[in-house]
Amino acid sequence: MQLALRRFLRDRLSMAAIGVLLFLALLSFGAPIINALTNTNSRSIAADSFLPPFSPGHILGTDDLGRDHLARLLEAGQVSLSIGFLAALLSLVIGVTIGLIAGFIGGRLDDTVIWFITTLNSVPLFFIILIIAAFLSPNATTLILALGFFGWTGTARLVRGETFALREREFVISARAIGSSRLRIMYSHILPNQLSIILINLAIDIGIIILVEAALSFLGVGVQPPQATWGNMLTFSRSFFSHGPHLVFWPGFLIFITVLCLYVLGDGLRDAFDPTTID
Amino acid sequence: MTKFVVRRILQAIPTLFGISLLVYAIMLATPGGPVAALTFSPTVTPQERAALAAQLGVNDPYPVQYLRWLLGDDWMRFDSDGDGISDTAYLIPLDADGDGEPEPPGRRRGILRGDFGSSFFHGKRHVVDVIFERLGATFELGIASLVVGLTIGIPVGVLAAVNRGGYFDNFTRVMAVVFNALPSFWLGLLLLLVFGGTGLGLLPMGNRCGIVLVGGCPPFYERLEYLFLPTFVIAVGGVAAYSRFMRASLLDVSGQDYIRTARAKGLSGRMVWFRHGLRNALIPIATLLGPTVTGVLSGAAITEQVFSWPGVGRLVVSSITQKDYPTVMAVVMFAAIATILGYLLSDMLYALIDPRIRLR
Repeated sequence: MQLALRRFLRDRLSMAAIGVLLFLALLSFGAPIINALTNTNSRSIAADSFLPPFSPGHILGTDDLGRDHLARLLEAGQVSLSIGFLAALLSLVIGVTIGLIAGFIGGRLDDTVIWFITTLNSVPLFFIILIIAAFLSPNATTLILALGFFGWTGTARLVRGETFALREREFVISARAIGSSRLRIMYSHILPNQLSIILINLAIDIGIIILVEAALSFLGVGVQPPQATWGNMLTFSRSFFSHGPHLVFWPGFLIFITVLCLYVLGDGLRDAFDPTTID
Repeated sequence: MTKFVVRRILQAIPTLFGISLLVYAIMLATPGGPVAALTFSPTVTPQERAALAAQLGVNDPYPVQYLRWLLGDDWMRFDSDGDGISDTAYLIPLDADGDGEPEPPGRRRGILRGDFGSSFFHGKRHVVDVIFERLGATFELGIASLVVGLTIGIPVGVLAAVNRGGYFDNFTRVMAVVFNALPSFWLGLLLLLVFGGTGLGLLPMGNRCGIVLVGGCPPFYERLEYLFLPTFVIAVGGVAAYSRFMRASLLDVSGQDYIRTARAKGLSGRMVWFRHGLRNALIPIATLLGPTVTGVLSGAAITEQVFSWPGVGRLVVSSITQKDYPTVMAVVMFAAIATILGYLLSDMLYALIDPRIRLR
């Protein structure tokens, strides 16, 4: 564990990824301060529309309604990052719980869980989430719940497989021999041994969820305007190609960078925890 | 083999049943329901609305509604003496809206008998017809991107494996992560921005072909410029996946005994890699066919939207946003069947080319 942490801290690429992510989060959640400094905000329609980047008072220009593009990007960042993080956390909690219980208890329960996962996986999950988001009012809460409640199957499968392997190991058998309860064995013996899988999965899941959320918002069934997200900022940008290429570039670029950093982080964690990696 | 296929098809039944339950439950949970979606116009009177509700049976108990969708209602309420007025009813009341007159006989035959109902839009045509009309365009895009993904992905993966640990290997590793992190809709928009009408003006802004007055689009080789960008956008994910998969597969094979034997015989490196290694390393690629179906379907939903491609993906998005219930239900069921078939086919293909695999 300590070895993994030391390795991880020494991995320059992962550290760079964390740095970029922290920077983006700081910028997004520090938006009020930045807005005060640049004397703009995301809602006011003060300036001319389609101002190019580096216009006085609007560093990244303005959009079709004359709103400051940077301020909107930062506000959108708050929403996109929070949805990604919260939904991934929810799906992690559900996935780990179901995976642990199914793997530890096995039998009928395990069969049912596996059947349920196969069923969910035999239809493009994107369609299901699209339907839920569109049919029940499309907003941030619905998105978090939909993404959380339908995104756990991968984690559950991994945790289940690992639990299966761990439950026959000596330390679990000895814990059982001294009379530990099932719950205790699951949470204080099996779970800590899966920390690496859980962390790697969390990083990659946040990335995937941010991509899916952006796609949903792009298709118009995610968070609704005037609330900005990186996805819905792109929805109408196609109509403004000739006026504002910067309106197309920035939202997508931020999604891309965020997801890329999360994937790199996941890879870095995997390498750090992998006992076969040579220092 | 036949036994295996039959068993897999039997196994698919509970899966499809589960999917249909899940989707139906989501539909039932929707506020407003199909009546609200159909009577959007303000000129519709409450009486008409009630009549429609009675006809659609939205006030029946949920299990009955599900059963109607599954098996139809021509046996639930029907006309036994041939006078055109329904006189016999099972499970549902003869007079659903309580106006003293029986409702007209049920005409739905249910999805199990191939009746997915008629769309609320698209000229109220049968949903299956609407879907089949769009299937060709999505197929075209799917096959094109699969071909492009494989023709780029496999050689890249092979070269990466041969130069393991070298610059090219590291480069493709980075490339795979970058390609996976690229939001496809953004990539599509950027490509349109650069190559489309307002940029270099080299390629069309979208659609499957130019405006045609009579008949459909010309054959695909006459309109490659329309196919180019959307294919590329969908293929990007495939290139990333196939190249990594191919690299892993080839490295896996290269550790086998027969490769060592080939080397010991004194064969040249190239001979060993391409003659003995590659042929066996290609086999597991067959297992990717199943996931590819899901990938193409969900990818199509986004990419077809960006490029105004008239396929199933766009149909999904438009019918979901318009709350066209019958179409949404049908498309999801079709997607599930396609996915299950994709996985079945890839398992069969795997068994056909790899003599070590025996299907039971």
